[in-house]
Amino acid sequence: MRRPAGRASYTYAVARGFDPAQIAGLRGVDDTKVYLVPYADIVAAVSSVPLAEFDEAALRVKLERLEWLEAVARAHHAVVDAVAACSVTLPFRLATVYHGDERVTEVLRQAYRRFRGALDRLAGRVELGVKVSTDPEAMISAAPARTSGGVPSPASPSPGKDYLRRRREQHRQRDDAWRQAAAVAERVETTLAELAVDTRHHRPQDPRLSGARGENVLNAAYLVDAERAEELATAAKGLDRQAPGARVEVTGPWAPYSFALPDEALPQGGDGRVGPA
Amino acid sequence: MTEPSRWQTGRLARPYGQSSSANLADVLERVLDKGVVIAGDIKINLLDVELLTIKLRLLVASVHTAKELGIDWWERDPTLSARASRDDLADENRRLRERILTLEDAGAAP
Repeated sequence: MRRPAGRASYTYAVARGFDPAQIAGLRGVDDTKVYLVPYADIVAAVSSVPLAEFDEAALRVKLERLEWLEAVARAHHAVVDAVAACSVTLPFRLATVYHGDERVTEVLRQAYRRFRGALDRLAGRVELGVKVSTDPEAMISAAPARTSGGVPSPASPSPGKDYLRRRREQHRQRDDAWRQAAAVAERVETTLAELAVDTRHHRPQDPRLSGARGENVLNAAYLVDAERAEELATAAKGLDRQAPGARVEVTGPWAPYSFALPDEALPQGGDGRVGPA
Repeated sequence: MTEPSRWQTGRLARPYGQSSSANLADVLERVLDKGVVIAGDIKINLLDVELLTIKLRLLVASVHTAKELGIDWWERDPTLSARASRDDLADENRRLRERILTLEDAGAAP
């Protein structure tokens, strides 16, 4: 084993082989140097991390520290991103760690046909994220003057009634925004499904603490041929502001995170995991 | 073997690398929830991670704001933090030990 003592191989992604010079200088988690572990015509993007920082005990504690998690998540994503700019890429889930490069090679060998199949399916394609949310504030500003009711009329004989009327109005506007967003989401789905190769629905992002003003109604990912990505993004953007209560947001292009392999397509050890070396 | 850059036209013509500015919630959603889920040699309890994602979905976007405000309740909430739940257990142990001592003392006294 030519495994440096106390080191582990953090694996970011598998890709169709490419010139390692293209990622020269790329740094990954913990500011470690990223390199390629080849097998046949595919490669894994890997960096050597201190085992003590990435073993079970360390991960269990650190995954709960949001600063650490954010740093690792962004570093992981940056490597996936850089590799995806070079070649068709299959991103791995965060913190996939092996006891040395030999183990990485072993996994590439075991899952080669699945990886190749997935890479072929994803070649020349990208993922775009599309979120549809309600925009209650836009509803209010778009509402007719009679419902603008922020300040009670000083002449009003009944401030209590004014208050209740305003509350009712706010509820109505929120319901309207939701209905509009749902309708827009439906239009997004029909329109984009024609342009996309595949679709995944993620759970809506929670609005309570997100700082987002509205409610997330649709959180979808579209796999699209790279040359149609622009068209899809434009189509999605075209549906933004079609209704005053609905916002459409496009993110990406992403490496095809949402279209990676299903779990059952991968080799597993006897206990459902690939055992340690 | 090497693919040409796939961003050649129009508004989307930017290298992948630019998305490092991507929204943290969007990034976490992908790196924790999506991607190839393949067992590594280091076993993280995926259930924990999934649970964590749920918590994060609630917390992540607000965490910076919250920290600025000095709010860090999740770090002490035993359902949200393994550290806090360990602290809780330690606390409970300590209380039980004290209770036993009290009972023993009471038993010895009369």
